Amino acid sequence: MERLKLTIDSTPVEVDPGSTVLDAAKKAGVHIPTLCYHPELKLEGSCRICVVEIEGLKNLAASCVYPAANGMVVRTNSEVVRKTRKSIVELLLANHPEDCLVCPRHGTCELQDLSHQLNVRKVRFKGKKREFALDESSIAVVRDPNKCILCGRCIRICENTQKVSAIGLAGRGSRAVVTTPFNRGLAEGPCVACGQCIKVCPVAALRERDASEQVWKALGNSTLHTVVQVAPAVRAALGEEFGLRPGALVTEKMVAALRKLGFNRVFDTQFGADLTVVEEGHELLHRLEKNENLPQITSCSPGWVKYAEHFFPEMLNLVSTCKSPQQMFGALVKTYYAEKFGIAARDIFHVAVMPCTAKKFEASREEMGRDGLQDVDAVITTRELAFMIKEAGIDFANLPDSEFDLPLGMSSGAGTIFGVTGGVTEAVLRSVYEIKTGKELEEVEFQAVRGFGGVREAQIPLNGMTLRVAIVNSLGQAEKILNKIKAGEASYHFIEIMGCLGGCIGGGGQPFSKDPDIKQKRASALYRQDHLKRVRKSHENPAIKELYRSFLGEPNGDKAHDLLHTHYRARPRY
Amino acid sequence: MSDEKKCITCPGCDGARDPKYDEVDKVIAKYRNLEGALIMILHQTQEIFGYLPEDVQRYVAKGLSIPLADVYGVTTFYSYFSLTPRGKYRIAVCMGTACYVRGAGSLVSAFEKELAVKVGGTTPDRLFTLEVSRCIGACGLAPVLTVNEDVYGNIGPERVSGILAKYRDRQ
Ligand code: SF4
Ligand code: SF4
Ligand code: SF4
Ligand code: FES
Repeated sequence: MERLKLTIDSTPVEVDPGSTVLDAAKKAGVHIPTLCYHPELKLEGSCRICVVEIEGLKNLAASCVYPAANGMVVRTNSEVVRKTRKSIVELLLANHPEDCLVCPRHGTCELQDLSHQLNVRKVRFKGKKREFALDESSIAVVRDPNKCILCGRCIRICENTQKVSAIGLAGRGSRAVVTTPFNRGLAEGPCVACGQCIKVCPVAALRERDASEQVWKALGNSTLHTVVQVAPAVRAALGEEFGLRPGALVTEKMVAALRKLGFNRVFDTQFGADLTVVEEGHELLHRLEKNENLPQITSCSPGWVKYAEHFFPEMLNLVSTCKSPQQMFGALVKTYYAEKFGIAARDIFHVAVMPCTAKKFEASREEMGRDGLQDVDAVITTRELAFMIKEAGIDFANLPDSEFDLPLGMSSGAGTIFGVTGGVTEAVLRSVYEIKTGKELEEVEFQAVRGFGGVREAQIPLNGMTLRVAIVNSLGQAEKILNKIKAGEASYHFIEIMGCLGGCIGGGGQPFSKDPDIKQKRASALYRQDHLKRVRKSHENPAIKELYRSFLGEPNGDKAHDLLHTHYRARPRY
Repeated sequence: MSDEKKCITCPGCDGARDPKYDEVDKVIAKYRNLEGALIMILHQTQEIFGYLPEDVQRYVAKGLSIPLADVYGVTTFYSYFSLTPRGKYRIAVCMGTACYVRGAGSLVSAFEKELAVKVGGTTPDRLFTLEVSRCIGACGLAPVLTVNEDVYGNIGPERVSGILAKYRDRQ
């Protein structure tokens, strides 16, 4: 097809048909501010901050939705354009709380950035501040409609990418608000706590429920033994919060920082991931043998699990009964670790650092504990950990390296790649192959399951049979594949479902980033770490072998079932 | 959820499913495949129930297999839809500029006091709903109010109880 030629601020540029003026500007190296636009979401074109002048057009055009055309002459910084943009920001600020100095998005807020970039120095309009109650019903996500600028990004990601639609626009005109039906709060609806809405919110209208106070308190209580576990995806992103390049792997500095914060033991969720692989691998072999409850669907993503409970309750029998790495780990901290080191479970305060807001929900599920104690006492996100490190005045970038504690800090490369879509499948394949065939796997890297595509499929020869696997990331993709299975249009033995785009590296608790390649960069950090690990297969992790030998017994055995497996329940969709 | 099983409009009954839901089923079946079905269905459902209670909105969402947020978005967008029960007589005090300047505010206060409900509210006996409206174009008669189809002009707060009595007597 013929390429379109246009001129943007006197720079000639060529784009493919179907491109917008904004796309063309990017290509020409011209920056146009945007707000309701988000590269991963459907176009909306409502905020008009991206307006430009197009020769021959009477009105300014919203560049993010305006189609580029041959011969078009565009100006992105004329006086009328600049004035219009400024007015839009002023209008937004007119009824926005003047809260920046104490706002969690101070420094990462796009409204703040815009105001700064556009040189807004005073607000000429006086508007009424909004007075909505905060929605603090959810353990994971807090909504503050007073800060909402109605860009609609959260609605679009929740509706289109996640297929949940827990929130929507209600009312109109000056009374329009993004809210849950009947203002009942996120906890009452089908919200799966994935936090993807937080990730795309340009301001502080959506944020995680902050648990750092609770963690500080425990750290300051000398009668408590504090144990922390850190998920794989955290080490691939935490550095961004301290000015390190995206994709920097900061494992050792992260461990050092956690020690500085005062944790008595710093452990690795990857140990829990290795354990999950062994349990889930055996579960799969068992289901294959009996030819029941197939395809087996992974259960490590709590957003996905909650989604299944709300939207596909009739398919819950397919979901692996394995707890997630976080919860397997938690169960062991309060039993195996407590016994081994002679510490009473009630004296242990166990914190999990996660890239994910849904992990907060998961830790609070009533079945995730014993004897009146939860296995995980508090979950903080990567962002919350970064806040704590800053608050403690720790010079992160210059910390000397430190290693995880043993034994629960020992992990394989298979545990590492859990943090990226496709990783669980690859990890399970590495183990299942060897367990089933009794032969050593020569090529441990399964390139076919890597990448970020919507639905990825692979066929793996396994001892005379062909194992059909599929991998999806995001709940919208999950919906698609599950509907296909229901309709008999697809059949697999194993499906990996991660609730978030990219897997955990793209989780709702990760640092805010404007880097378009951020997922690739974080993923490559994890694959790098896997590559560097001496042990690459979960079942070969010596600490895991020791755990089975001295404590658990057989994989999928009675004790393993009691501590490491769980059950699900149907939840209402309406 | 089993909400639809319970009748929500008739306190004191045995909780059998309100037959009004059968009518809603028919409406949904009739329109579900048409464009703009949701608005049409909500419109007719409101006729059936008199307003759109929360459980009914849930029922419609479920019947159409669409998110509740979509239904709620529509019912709160159009002021035509009412989420609260409306009285037999709807009092609407005009709040256009002319009426406002000539004392519509104190008129509203008088109604609020007399009926013991706020604007938007309905009396427990479902006789009156108090609302305010935009300019209805009868500025010459300001302040103006309507009760269903009846128009009253040049009204002061002292006439409020008389007007209400007239409708109470009709009961
Ligand atoms: S959301 Fe942004 S603009 Fe609003 S108070 Fe917070 S930092 Fe300031
Ligand atoms: S947390 Fe996830 S499911 Fe809940 S409102 Fe946000 S995007 Fe939707
Ligand atoms: S909550 Fe955030 S993402 Fe959602 S509309 Fe408001 S500002 Fe936009
Ligand atoms: S960014 Fe283009 S209209 Fe909002």
